[in-house]
Amino acid sequence: MLEIRSLSAGVAGKAILRNIDLDVRAGEVHAVMGPNGSGKSTLAQVLAGHPAYTVTGGEVRYRGEDLLAMSPERRARAGVFLAFQYPVEIPGVSNATFLKAAVNEVRAERGLEELDAMEFLEVLEQKLKLVEMDRSFLSRPVNEGFSGGEKKRNEILQMAVLEPTLAILDETDSGLDIDALRVVAHGVNRLRRPDKAMILITHYQRILQYLEPDHVHVLFDGRIVRSGSKDLALELERRGYDWIREDLAVAARPA
Amino acid sequence: MNTTDRTIEALANREYKWGFVTDVAADTIPPGLDEDVIRLISAKKSEPDFMLEWRLRAYRHWSKLERSAGEPKWANVSYPPIDYQKIVYYSAPRREGSGLASLDDVDPKLIETFDKLGIPLAEQKRLAGVAVDAVFDSVSVATTFKEKLAELGIIFCSFSEAVRNHPELVQKYLGSVVPYTDNFYAALNSAVFSDGSFCYIPKGVRCPMELSTYFRINTAGSGQFERTLIVADEGSSVSYLEGCTAPRRDENQLHAAVVELIALEGAQIKYSTVQNWYAGDADGRGGIFNFVTKRGKCAGRRARISWTQVETGSAITWKYPSVILQADDTVGEFYSVALTANRQQADTGTKMIHVGKNTRSTIISKGISAGRGNNTYRGLVKILPRASHARNYTQCDSLLLGDRCGAHTFPYIEVANASSTAEHEASTSKISDEQLFYCKQRGLSGENAVSLIINGFCKEVFKNLPMEFAVEAQKLLGVSLEGSIG
Ligand SMILES: Nc1ncnc2c1ncn2[C@@H]1O[C@H](COP(=O)(O)OP(=O)(O)OP(=O)(O)O)[C@@H](O)[C@H]1O
Ligand SMILES: [Mg+2]
Repeated sequence: MLEIRSLSAGVAGKAILRNIDLDVRAGEVHAVMGPNGSGKSTLAQVLAGHPAYTVTGGEVRYRGEDLLAMSPERRARAGVFLAFQYPVEIPGVSNATFLKAAVNEVRAERGLEELDAMEFLEVLEQKLKLVEMDRSFLSRPVNEGFSGGEKKRNEILQMAVLEPTLAILDETDSGLDIDALRVVAHGVNRLRRPDKAMILITHYQRILQYLEPDHVHVLFDGRIVRSGSKDLALELERRGYDWIREDLAVAARPA
Repeated sequence: MNTTDRTIEALANREYKWGFVTDVAADTIPPGLDEDVIRLISAKKSEPDFMLEWRLRAYRHWSKLERSAGEPKWANVSYPPIDYQKIVYYSAPRREGSGLASLDDVDPKLIETFDKLGIPLAEQKRLAGVAVDAVFDSVSVATTFKEKLAELGIIFCSFSEAVRNHPELVQKYLGSVVPYTDNFYAALNSAVFSDGSFCYIPKGVRCPMELSTYFRINTAGSGQFERTLIVADEGSSVSYLEGCTAPRRDENQLHAAVVELIALEGAQIKYSTVQNWYAGDADGRGGIFNFVTKRGKCAGRRARISWTQVETGSAITWKYPSVILQADDTVGEFYSVALTANRQQADTGTKMIHVGKNTRSTIISKGISAGRGNNTYRGLVKILPRASHARNYTQCDSLLLGDRCGAHTFPYIEVANASSTAEHEASTSKISDEQLFYCKQRGLSGENAVSLIINGFCKEVFKNLPMEFAVEAQKLLGVSLEGSIG
């Protein structure tokens, strides 16, 4: 579904991602871990098409199409969804209005008719249940005055409503309390389908216990330096990143 | 240029859908202004003497102003001098017979014009729940639901008709809130006004439908000078809407209107405007000069007047819908959205004059500037010594789209007694790249994202508009900012 080949990218003249290779197939869940500042969010933003990031090399194919050539909104309509590490506030625009606008854009792309207000509310009711959110959030302005955890949950609500093909969750688990984590993980699990895929960016093993990734990758200084099964995440949890740093140093030493 | 700016740039280059001209036989007098022109206008309308006398007094006052100080110069707008002798002061579509006995007498072209503007006048197509007075250039061509309203004692008709059929009401209230000496344009309007709407709600009657006037300028070189007078008698209430458009032309056209509202004891008047006059092109050629005086008086205790305006059109807007809180316990409100794009200039705001005790006023102003638009909020809150325990709350927010536009805020606050309070909050913001990207990541086009964010910014004002109007206003903002990108 997603093929990333030798992708390099930077921001504000600074190189961040170096030669990333990654294959994500339908039905898979990939976890991306790595220390702060290693480039995880950069990877997510580049895949979503944030204009501040410049791709300096490589290519990305999404369902056979050249992803990097598509505008951000086209990517979204084609089923690429990013749950933001820092969700953005839009004053005065209710969550419901925002979601309805988004849903109808995505539906139009798929050749489906616009949902009217009633149909849309029905869809919303179900999805609210999925993430155990109160209806009152629908009438509140997008993310404005939401707590950190509420913002994260709101991202998953949007994901549930938009039903993306490729979801990239950037530290959605950070800032969630224990119960919220379980609810969100459960919700995300329910959105797993054989024809859909996910990339989970996280620092913690905990969410991976619920979500059971097929692959775990470690991003270090803009490079994928390790890939493995979910056991790799356990090892990181136990040992931290130092051993990887040391391994890399050993590898770099002239023989 | 970053994406936000590019998106906005494209958005600001807007299409104006109402820019067509109706080809209709018109009775148009030659340009120019003197006492004879005033007499001619008055004669064409078969006015009683008091009306002509009042016009002439206004004209003499205006002439004096014109010879001395000229037009007001304090507003934060600039435009070439207006030659008042080059304006046509009366132009009316010609029709058979006189009076407005039935819609059958109205030129089908006019009906078609209003149809095209979304204001159907024909009985079977009328907007349910909205009575419309349709003004075309200098005259009212039709007023719908008049008879139905009359059953409740409500008078809703063109100003000319009111002068003929209800002279006592007109004589009592005309100029009682905006005297012809008020300002340059009010004086000009008082001298030459040709039509407009009149409405009187009798004691204790709640008007069952929205009343509205739709103003259409058509003839080239003509000015539109209409007057609206609304009197809400004790304990009555009314919601009034005003809409307007004009053809796209390279020359500027002058629109100098006066609106007077009078709310007696316990009465409520809600006056909403969606102003969409032609704004001129991207280089600032053409467009309407919209120089308007709007004022309401809460003359009896517990009266309430509320102005809501959405200003998206006109090359220049100079307008300060105000409330005189004359009696005790009265309430004045002003909710405004003003959008300036391209080279549009708006100097708009309000005056809240607290005279009575325990009077309250609220001002919410949202200014949006795009392109090279220039947006000024100018407001006066004046609390007089007798107005003990008066309260005002003012909030002024500006949204800048791009970096070549301007936003200015001039709040004047005068509080002359210690028990009263005036609160003022102001903010200036931009649409951030992060907001835009967030919306796009959810599938919204740049254009829809910007219009969604703008609608959010205006929400507190839109929620005060009557339902149908709110939808209209949202669409209008969307259309006003509509650009070439899809
Ligand atoms: N807009 C920007 N301007 C300048 N530097 C940036 C920008 N965005 C990211 N960076 C830098 O790029 C590097 C990678 O940042 P990124 O956000 O991708 O890290 P991350 O792996 O997501 O970290 P964290 O775990 O803390 O979220 C960091 O050094 C960061 O400071
Ligand atoms: Mg990050």
